[in-house]
Amino acid sequence: MSRIQDKFLELKSKNQKAFIAYAMAGYPNDKETISIIRSLVNGGADIVEIGLPFSDPLADGPVIQNASFQALQKGMNLYRFLKIVKKIRSGTDIPLVLMTYANLVYSQGYDKFISAIKKAGIDGVILPDMAIEEAEEYLKIIHKNKMDAIFLISPNTSQERIKRIAKASSGFVYLVSTYGTTGGTQQQFQRYTLDAVKNAKKILGDKLPLGVGFGVNNPEQARSILKTGADAIIVASAILRLIANTPKAKVHSKIVSFVKNLKKTTISE
Amino acid sequence: MKLAYPKNGKFGEFGGRFIPETLVPAVEELEEAYLRFKDDKNFKKELDYYLREYAGRPTPLYYAKNLTEFVGGARIYLKREDLLHGGAHKINNTLGQGLLAKRMNKKRIIAETGAGQHGVATAMACAALGLQSEVYMGYKDTERQRLNVFRMKLLGSKVHPVKEGTQTLKDAINEAIRDWITNVNTTYYLLGSAVGPHPYPVMVRDFQSVIGKEILAQTKELQNKSPDSVVACVGGGSNAIGTFYPLVDEDTEMFGVEAGGKGIKTMHHSATLSSGSKGILHGMFTYLLQDKHGQIKDTHSIAAGLDYPGVGPEHSYLKDSKRVKYDTVSDDDAVNAFLILSKHEGIIPALESSHAVAYAIKLAKKMSKSKTIVITLSGRGDKDVEVVERYLSENVKNSR
Repeated sequence: MSRIQDKFLELKSKNQKAFIAYAMAGYPNDKETISIIRSLVNGGADIVEIGLPFSDPLADGPVIQNASFQALQKGMNLYRFLKIVKKIRSGTDIPLVLMTYANLVYSQGYDKFISAIKKAGIDGVILPDMAIEEAEEYLKIIHKNKMDAIFLISPNTSQERIKRIAKASSGFVYLVSTYGTTGGTQQQFQRYTLDAVKNAKKILGDKLPLGVGFGVNNPEQARSILKTGADAIIVASAILRLIANTPKAKVHSKIVSFVKNLKKTTISE
Repeated sequence: MKLAYPKNGKFGEFGGRFIPETLVPAVEELEEAYLRFKDDKNFKKELDYYLREYAGRPTPLYYAKNLTEFVGGARIYLKREDLLHGGAHKINNTLGQGLLAKRMNKKRIIAETGAGQHGVATAMACAALGLQSEVYMGYKDTERQRLNVFRMKLLGSKVHPVKEGTQTLKDAINEAIRDWITNVNTTYYLLGSAVGPHPYPVMVRDFQSVIGKEILAQTKELQNKSPDSVVACVGGGSNAIGTFYPLVDEDTEMFGVEAGGKGIKTMHHSATLSSGSKGILHGMFTYLLQDKHGQIKDTHSIAAGLDYPGVGPEHSYLKDSKRVKYDTVSDDDAVNAFLILSKHEGIIPALESSHAVAYAIKLAKKMSKSKTIVITLSGRGDKDVEVVERYLSENVKNSR
């Protein structure tokens, strides 16, 4: 059992769903990343997703692009990322998921990269540009290290393909809510998003939890998705936006209250 | 050796499909449509018609007598893609993909462009075929190729300057892909080079192969055999793969010329195959210019169309299998070749093509006079005269 699987079981027993919160390693700087992740945990995040920035994040919108650019300018790399993860891991047992792009993993060698992040305390990996057809070698190494490979599906993914993706996935399956990059600012989701949640949930059943991300930015939206059947909501750009737009002294209290509000949506009354 | 339609888009280990899930149905739909129409009689007839009557094919294989005498070696021929409508080989591909998009009922076309040549060719094909086009172009490139920006607008296209990242071709591709992810149900992405996820590298190669097929037919008529050597410049590598592919099984030496910029020992070049390493970018597994962490490096070339940190996967395959020799030419040598061809032949080559000219001049010197060498002159240089003028005046200043 992985930490991610344990977490979903634990939440289920408490009649809760999962709130997954994101931080970008090195944004606004290494030290702050650690405090931000601690605030996410204090606010009630169930799982933390940590981004390792890539020079060409083609699935990401302006917010994560900008954070990636700034983090890279300050020299973020795998070694500094591992340091951050070790610090976090020494103080909490919360599941940690890495989100990055395939080339950063490939360039170090799948084996070397994956075993290094496992050792530091990462539990699962999300690579938005790693299609299942190309994932054989990557999956072998993930399984060897007893980690979770979290693949993405989209509203236009066919039923048959969702089944194949589910087969390759563990931990949870990540549904991209909308046609577009990360960081959408829509107040409500359109019909097709909710249909996609229903459809994916029907196929996944109880075998794998379904997380929904991309453009999740307020409690009302989160509720609509959870009510439709999702097991987790994933919030990334909205948190980075909050960090960018809040005076330094207030960042942490703002994060805590923002996370608390979203976490509430995952708790059934 | 020839890989007509490689399984899963894999040229050996290169190519494939590393893309966000949202795009998977789109590339599958594209592949299905391409397979359905590529050998369809009516599709081929219509494409032939537009290539002939609109773009101006076939292009001449011109014997560059003055250049040959000036160099004093092998006989040099120029494959005159610069004479095509729009001034570059790009129209071969945009007409092909434009006709395909029409058959797929996609009315909105997006494209990326580096030097602006693919953007112009997209705008032209879309105007001719009644499609709506929008072009992403790095901000830095819009500055150095202002004329092409205006041409695209004249032709009815909307130009989006991209201010992210290095503001060049790679970032234009990123933005085009982001647009495609967002508008996947209505939009056709008309990629301009033999790069990206399968089936683009195969499809773009096929549409550009008209270059190599004509070279083969024309040299056979001239000398009853294929050329001894061909030379083409490589950025993403569409004119080069179009030149090489029909000649792969012929007795022809092939040379791909990358942008050496200020020297491949410096940080300022775009010599992906000559000095890069394997990796994943823009949906493909191929050689890349990347640092030790896997971050994509900034590139440089005086030729905006070569200023790209990746390369088409089939070139990676042809490099590793040693069928094609890849080498570099510096900014200085490219500009010099630009001047030589202009002066001796009255032909102003694109700075991209000038790299091939520079390499061919060196190569021809070492070859006997009985041999033939064909340079794919992929585009004309009118777009570059301002850049060259500035370059020359700066270099005069520096040498003082």
